[in-house]
Amino acid sequence: MPLVLTEEQEMLRDSARGFLDEKAPVSALRKLRDNNDDTGFSRDLWKEMAEMGWAGILVEEEFGGADFGFVGAGVIAEEMGRSLTASPFLSTSVLAATALRKIASDAHKQEYLPKIAGGEMIFALAVDETRKHGPAKTAMKAEKSGNGFKLSGDKTFVADGHVADKIIVAARSAGAPGEQDGLTLFLVDAQAKGIARERTQMVDSRNAARFNFNGVEATGDDVIGEVDGGYMALEGVLNAGRAGLAAEMSGSAQQAFKITADYLKERKQFGAEIGSFQALQHRAAHLYSEIELAKSAVLKALQDLDAFYGMAGPICSLAKAKAGEVAKLASQEAVQMHGGIGMTDEYDIGFYMKRIRVAQEMFGDPAFHADRLAQMRGY
Amino acid sequence: MSDLEVFREETKAWLEENCPKEMRDGAGGEENICWGGINWTFQSEAQKIWLERMAAKGWSVPAWPKEYGGGGLSKEEVKILKAEMRAIGARSPLESFGIWMLGPALLKYGTHEQKLHFLPPITRGEIRWCQGYSEPNAGSDLASLQCKCEDTGDHWLLNGQKIWTSYADESDWIFVLVRTDQTATKHNGISFILVDMAAEGVSTKPIKLISGKSPFCETFFDDVKVSKEHGPGVNAVVGDLNRGWDVAKYLLTHEREMISAGGGGLLGGRGLGEVAAAEIGLENGKLADPMLRAKIAQAEIDGWAFLLTLERMKDEAKAGQGVGANSSMLKYYGTEFNKRRFELMMDTGGSDELEWEGERTKDGKLAKNWLRTKANSIEGGTSEVQLNIIAKRILALPGA
Repeated sequence: MPLVLTEEQEMLRDSARGFLDEKAPVSALRKLRDNNDDTGFSRDLWKEMAEMGWAGILVEEEFGGADFGFVGAGVIAEEMGRSLTASPFLSTSVLAATALRKIASDAHKQEYLPKIAGGEMIFALAVDETRKHGPAKTAMKAEKSGNGFKLSGDKTFVADGHVADKIIVAARSAGAPGEQDGLTLFLVDAQAKGIARERTQMVDSRNAARFNFNGVEATGDDVIGEVDGGYMALEGVLNAGRAGLAAEMSGSAQQAFKITADYLKERKQFGAEIGSFQALQHRAAHLYSEIELAKSAVLKALQDLDAFYGMAGPICSLAKAKAGEVAKLASQEAVQMHGGIGMTDEYDIGFYMKRIRVAQEMFGDPAFHADRLAQMRGY
Repeated sequence: MSDLEVFREETKAWLEENCPKEMRDGAGGEENICWGGINWTFQSEAQKIWLERMAAKGWSVPAWPKEYGGGGLSKEEVKILKAEMRAIGARSPLESFGIWMLGPALLKYGTHEQKLHFLPPITRGEIRWCQGYSEPNAGSDLASLQCKCEDTGDHWLLNGQKIWTSYADESDWIFVLVRTDQTATKHNGISFILVDMAAEGVSTKPIKLISGKSPFCETFFDDVKVSKEHGPGVNAVVGDLNRGWDVAKYLLTHEREMISAGGGGLLGGRGLGEVAAAEIGLENGKLADPMLRAKIAQAEIDGWAFLLTLERMKDEAKAGQGVGANSSMLKYYGTEFNKRRFELMMDTGGSDELEWEGERTKDGKLAKNWLRTKANSIEGGTSEVQLNIIAKRILALPGA
């Protein structure tokens, strides 16, 4: 398959860009932050996105979705990265939709996928328990109790967990932390008895949550996929999330770079546009090259998720690592090349730096994925 | 089956039947290349047969038009052919500056007569070309070149010196940038001319490099007479007189694309990490040198992303066209990456690879290749020149 967008995908990108420029530019995020909005995104806007088919972009048509594939989802994520749009797209439409579609029972699919596509229900994926990502480190206990389980433990950095209606949570039904075997995925009600959640306002002005589970009851029907054998299924879902975040960061990096390049052409010092100085030109040209590499890795990861879902682990790690590294570089160069104004809250560039810092950490930072690739390659 | 699938099946069958076993070892490396040319000695009978068969089918240069000795294949078909060749480890039948550089320039700027005269011998590996661009005082500032070319009425008279002419001492013809108008401003007054290396007054002198090898030469032109036509209607000058800079720049984009592909060596042989694991060993399943492991992992990420970028840029380019100014980006990144790759191979090799002579290192083979890569970011325009071009032509930064 050629490593380019199809005509349909290009049309989706153009319409997404037009919509987001109008309805959800950076100023919208700034407003949500300044108003200390409880939700952290606009529910009305999310409804509109659902009407356009974005919420159900990965949901089959029989369940009311657009079924546009991972490349389509990535195209939207990238555009949201450009405009820094806050929405539950990643948590609900990428992570939960993938989990339900790929591993859930027919009953679960019928119940929840239409609600995702309709923008009626918000989901969150709860995996990490410590400050650094590592699904195998999962320690949350899932003790057998009658016909079901009792879940106890802590979760952190759960994107959109503060408003989620449903939580997909990874818990340990067997084995010890550090082992891949013994994980089970559960779908639980966010209001269930025994769940305490704390909204965490993050660096990027977006919201996540910490959870404490204290003997939360889950039945056998609440299990998604296999008992004790959930690791690979979880990895698949995480890969989709990593590629989605990589696409988002690619968009953020491109936009931060565009803002910076425009500034270089306009700002004058020593009687000349600062973009005429070779010291800055070479850094800008290097950054341009790096961004092109990130774009290639991201597109390939999305294409492979569509074509070879179960084998897309390495390429998703590549995309997450490369896009994370490059987006960080782009945000750092952006602030430095802007000089003093780049440090001000009034100027938008800082918002990019903050969002990129969060997105590159989520589901594995570049070092996590470099290590993972090295292990996959036997060294 | 779609047409492309049919093409794939036919290609597979043809390669199976026609590619000699000895040519299926997947061997890359400069020492295994078949360069062709009048003075070329085939390294084996198989190499000769392989070239003859591929050339007869037009597949030594599959994308060129059939009437000029190519295969007339579409971009998709070329991709399939390359993939099927890779699948059986088939060596490239022929590489040359004629294919990489002169051919694309002639296809764009040459007359039908020039193409008909010069291209087919390139596809058959009969004539080997070299490139006369740099001069001792015109390196990065190439357009300041001074090699003089005068019109004496019935022929051109050439005087001057070129440097860094790769393989000039083994080549049959040379494409040269010369100054045909002494009074014009720098970029004007340059012409692109084709010269027979056997002409009287042409001489070459190899330059010994830090690698101990001498792939580059100095080339001297002392009162060299060049006929205005190399055959009926076959002009010696390509493109318009005094407009050679356009041809030169276009050719450079192809040269840069070619050089950048060298940075993709990652998937060609064993990966950096795989080699390091074999040579240094593992501890708890991880490379025993953790700092080196981290550097290698990072390099493998960049290398893989770079390969994908080469692929994407080619897919984005319109059929039959190059990647334009992005060739500078690919050249910059690919060559800087290749240097990094060889530094890591030397780090991995440690003192064992520092033996300059002897059986164990095959006379310092890796060390010599490592030193060779240092030229990658200089030849075809330095990295700094590429960054200038990106700043100017892609980013449109002021004053660049």
